[in-house]
Amino acid sequence: MSQSRIMPGFRPTISFTVFYLSLVVLIPLSTLVFKSFELSFDDYVNIITHKRVVAAFRVSFSTALGAAIIASFFGFIVAWVLVRYSFVGKRFFHALIDLPFALPTAVAGIVLATIFQPSGFLGKFLKENFDLQIGFKPAGIVVALIFISIPFVVRTVEPVLQEFDSRMEEAASSLGATRWQVFTKIIFPNIFPALLTGFALAFARGVGEYGSVIFIAGNLPYVSEIVPLLIITKLEQYDMPGATAIALTMLIISFLLLLLINLLQHWVRKRSGQL
Amino acid sequence: MSAAISTRVHQSTLDDANWVRWSLITVALGFVILFLCVPLLLVIIQAFSKGFGAYFSALSQPDMQAAMRLTLLTALITVPLNTVFGVAAAWAITRFEFRGKDLLITLIDLPFSVSPVISGLIFVLMFGAQGWFGSWFVEHDIKIIFAVPGIVLATLFITFPFVARQLIPLMQEMGSEEEEAALSLGASGWKTFFLITLPNIKWALLYGVLLCNARAMGEFGAVSVVSGHIRGMTNTLPLHVEVSYNEYDTVSAFAGASILAGLAIVTLILKTLLEWKQQTNR
Repeated sequence: MSQSRIMPGFRPTISFTVFYLSLVVLIPLSTLVFKSFELSFDDYVNIITHKRVVAAFRVSFSTALGAAIIASFFGFIVAWVLVRYSFVGKRFFHALIDLPFALPTAVAGIVLATIFQPSGFLGKFLKENFDLQIGFKPAGIVVALIFISIPFVVRTVEPVLQEFDSRMEEAASSLGATRWQVFTKIIFPNIFPALLTGFALAFARGVGEYGSVIFIAGNLPYVSEIVPLLIITKLEQYDMPGATAIALTMLIISFLLLLLINLLQHWVRKRSGQL
Repeated sequence: MSAAISTRVHQSTLDDANWVRWSLITVALGFVILFLCVPLLLVIIQAFSKGFGAYFSALSQPDMQAAMRLTLLTALITVPLNTVFGVAAAWAITRFEFRGKDLLITLIDLPFSVSPVISGLIFVLMFGAQGWFGSWFVEHDIKIIFAVPGIVLATLFITFPFVARQLIPLMQEMGSEEEEAALSLGASGWKTFFLITLPNIKWALLYGVLLCNARAMGEFGAVSVVSGHIRGMTNTLPLHVEVSYNEYDTVSAFAGASILAGLAIVTLILKTLLEWKQQTNR
């Protein structure tokens, strides 16, 4: 795109953009960084390596990882079915995939808790028949995060699957490949970068998720207490340094994940020849 | 065209076997029904579990009404601000070349990668009693945290990228030839924007506004940190749902939830329509 001299409005729009961005996003975010400078390095390390904090990080990351893996597996199947097959109600299901984006997390939280708590209709069924408890256990966190993760995976995989060049499949099959070989050697390797991106997006969102998790988690310290909840607990105890140190650590990890996702997306575009 | 392609694929030996097809459809739909349909249905069932009377009396409680009003107010302030920002940012980014453009785009997306709880926390660190500007506001008797301004600020932060993110890729792809033509024929900047740009971007703009609004009305984590949960005062509808649920007031919790779920359904329907509009307009 060439720079046009007659195009008006650069100064006002860029000034407003930078001003508003600074006011709403950059200055507030920078308070977290500056506030954590008030801590000495030793204080910071002490807070972060406290047993309860380490346990919360372990809970947050392991449940987000588990949920992202499960959501990637099922999300891939859902995307595949929505792109490749036709069946009654396909449009309805297609629109429904975005529900976790549109439904407020608190609503998702109380509904999932109601379903999976030991007295809830699925919770009771699993408890009586399989001796399996999901509500108020780390498994409950995984369930809530799967709900949140679905659209990330499906919406990342779907367009790539849609634009997949079926001539590659035809070529492979005319050369004698079985359907399974076509899938594992041709289709899956081409979809994999998109699936990985969806996985990473779901994981990044899951680590910071709060609303849908707290109702179903049981929130037991060391067992089912997630990092965002621990930050709120610290705040409620007026432990500002504690809240700040944990939040800064979370923020740094989120940014590293963001960087990774951007690299992944760059790789996806490069592979699909859009760059 | 898609029908032609699908019949061709159906006839070829490339297609999945019937048993594969049906088992995959069963797994996919089973998963979607369990995780998406059942929760949605359950909101309705729980909300009406004690009858229509209880449902409507829960909705007409003063605290519920106050929560709805606060949620509407928050959306009414944040959505227009972030919409104006989104259009201005998209104009600057897609119509001009300048250094640091990629960085600017990354910074605009930043709020998406920050945990909602941290998005609330930063405003407590700024305006709370121990915060940067806290003492100044206390002296002047202005409440930001545990008050409406804090809720608005946190929501502004959370919904910041929605509109810009929809417009930037679209306006990039459109290019600026049409606008340049109008300008070189003597149209003013504003006239060019309203007669050329706006008609071209209107569906994407509405789409962004829709998503921004859904998030503004439904945000929970960030708002929860700054609100202080004062009933009838600083509880938004999602927070009122939480408080009612924790007090075992199931009907109130799910009545509030049903309003938010209704909002989500309307959002999904409009979203599907707008996606369809955007595709046919290309």
